[in-house]
Amino acid sequence: MIDSHKRQRIGIEVSIGAAEMVKLCRPDGIAAYPITPQTHIVEHLSEIVADGALDAEFIPVESEHSAMSTCIGLSAAGCRTYTATSSQGLQLMSEILFIASSMRCPIVMTIVNRALSAPISIWGDLSDIMANRDVGWIQIFGNNGQEVYDLTPCAFKIAEDHRVLLPVGVNLDGFTLSHVVEPLETLTFEDIDSFLPPYEPKLRLDPDNPVMMGPVGAPEIFTEAKKAHEDALVASRLVIDEVFAEFGERFGRHYKAVEEYKTDDADTLIVTLGGTLGETGHVAVDHLREQGEKVGQAMLRVWRPFPFEDLQRILAGRKLVMVYDRAISLGGPGGPMASEIKSAMYGRADAPAILSVIAALGGRDVRWKDMVAQVADAKEMLENEQMPNYLMVGVRE
Amino acid sequence: MNPKTNANFNVFASRLLPKEELFTPGHRACQGCGPAVALRMITKALGRNLIVVNATGCMEIIASPYPFNAWEVPWIHVAFENAAAVASGVAAAIKVLKRKGKFFTQDEKITVLAIGGDGGTMDIGLQAVSGALERGHDMMYICYDNEAYMNTGIQRSSGTPMGASTTTSPSGKVSQGQNTWKKDFAEICIAHDIPYVATASISHPLDLAAKVKKGAAASGPAVLHVFAPCPTGWRCGPELCIRMARLAVETGVFPLYEYEDHQYNISVELDSLRDVTEFTDHFDKRNYMEQQGRYKHLKGDQELVDEIRHRVAERWERLQAKAALGGK
Repeated sequence: MIDSHKRQRIGIEVSIGAAEMVKLCRPDGIAAYPITPQTHIVEHLSEIVADGALDAEFIPVESEHSAMSTCIGLSAAGCRTYTATSSQGLQLMSEILFIASSMRCPIVMTIVNRALSAPISIWGDLSDIMANRDVGWIQIFGNNGQEVYDLTPCAFKIAEDHRVLLPVGVNLDGFTLSHVVEPLETLTFEDIDSFLPPYEPKLRLDPDNPVMMGPVGAPEIFTEAKKAHEDALVASRLVIDEVFAEFGERFGRHYKAVEEYKTDDADTLIVTLGGTLGETGHVAVDHLREQGEKVGQAMLRVWRPFPFEDLQRILAGRKLVMVYDRAISLGGPGGPMASEIKSAMYGRADAPAILSVIAALGGRDVRWKDMVAQVADAKEMLENEQMPNYLMVGVRE
Repeated sequence: MNPKTNANFNVFASRLLPKEELFTPGHRACQGCGPAVALRMITKALGRNLIVVNATGCMEIIASPYPFNAWEVPWIHVAFENAAAVASGVAAAIKVLKRKGKFFTQDEKITVLAIGGDGGTMDIGLQAVSGALERGHDMMYICYDNEAYMNTGIQRSSGTPMGASTTTSPSGKVSQGQNTWKKDFAEICIAHDIPYVATASISHPLDLAAKVKKGAAASGPAVLHVFAPCPTGWRCGPELCIRMARLAVETGVFPLYEYEDHQYNISVELDSLRDVTEFTDHFDKRNYMEQQGRYKHLKGDQELVDEIRHRVAERWERLQAKAALGGK
């Protein structure tokens, strides 16, 4: 373990920090299209390449659809490949996201989460990634600048592991995280070179050894292809845990698929995904604890592969679990994360009451005081046996 | 030696194209498929130092039903509208990996070739093509043009010519089929001011091969617009495929030319244009439109046929005028 006191600690905008870390990972190719609030990441990367601080091809493509398509070309030809996007951009590349994972291209993408139109909104929520939940990528979340910084080399290492070979999306909240200045303990080329080996593709486009990539899948092979993809995505969890453990050992910051905060004796849990509600949740939990309430928090770091067993262990035996979603499945069961957590706990004798809470859409602020009040409301609803299927909070009537 | 005819085809076969087949027999194209002929010629011209990026379409599905494969060269298919973008990535990868001395050596010359049909190129893929050309990647884009979405069942594209009946521009009681003029893809590419643009036809294989080689040798993006009839979609006999391609050139419907150093060069000069059609009562094998079922409803519509004839002549004149301008 390296003594963290010797490390440089600087104040830096999270997007700039993320781009600096991408540089340390030495990608060979970057194809990107600008979209708010992802812009600072790709602007800074293009500066890094323009200054010769990173030897990479920076391809300023004409759309996000082409960004992901170009990334597949880069990756298939043997490059370590990176891109970043947000919101409508993620939606435009959605078609190709499925293909990138099915063709087992270990691309890493930073996704600066933002609402989807209409009405057009540049502000944060998780509608974009939830609409692309089933693209077959590994999907992880950073709750603060340091986490985004640290998870980026982990993402490359996980993606490129020959047991995995899947693309990884590193998510962070738009503006409330991407555009704030945070203290960051930085790493060096030497650190990352010792952690992340050069990319060795398993197959690549090579005239000396011709291969066919992306053939037609007739009905007699399609199901098997999907099963192989599913098995690889589920099995990637083993590698994710290994990589997080190695990162912790080397650099002293430890990450888990589901992080827990003051859960030990809690009868009530709030569950969050992403930094904005994640860190607000901490403050709310602290205040509720001061009032003698046994409240804790679980934060999903790994969204795909879905951490069923971790959640079953953490949620079992609690009285009440409030799942905060920053997205809504319109006309459906409420929040997408809540419905998955309900399905994880379904039929178990130790399952808690689970309330789906839809909050903080399109940049709407949720304060810790709001969360404290929402916990009290939810407890009352549970006591009065008036639990709704889901609750959209903070709506102005 | 062919045992049936006792003929030695080697005597007739051109020595200007290699015998090695890189787009091999056994694929699932229809009888008389024009684009398959084009791919055979193109790969022969380019040789093995080639990476092919194939847009979704006929040429993609016929040659890659897993686990079968008609390609002897590395080949990738991602989606319909993005072959140019994927090829951008492959070209950029070769550039950076050469620079870093990884996988490729500096002196290796590898052609990155993107292939798409008229729909995948002129319609849904046009943005990606434009982006790739504008960015100047060292790659070649070849549009094989069979004038409709043949893979999905002969639907009209912006490459479908005026008057052709397709399954989404059918002739009917109040319609004469396609009611728009064919998009001029080569001119769109020329407007990008790239090193090399050419039109070619499977009816002129040595001209096609020479242009493929020229395009691959250009430093920067090159585009070939290759005319390749689809007998299935054009409703004509498979044995007429090459003849239709030749008649398209000789009528001026699809003139062959190059654009290089800001200079138009006409590849096949025509003293006079063969008439597009006569619509006579007797079968005439020199007749372009009459032999294609997609035009048969035009038989009574002299006005539209005249309009097509006029337009073809006018475009040919404009091309001659541009060629006469000279370069630079």
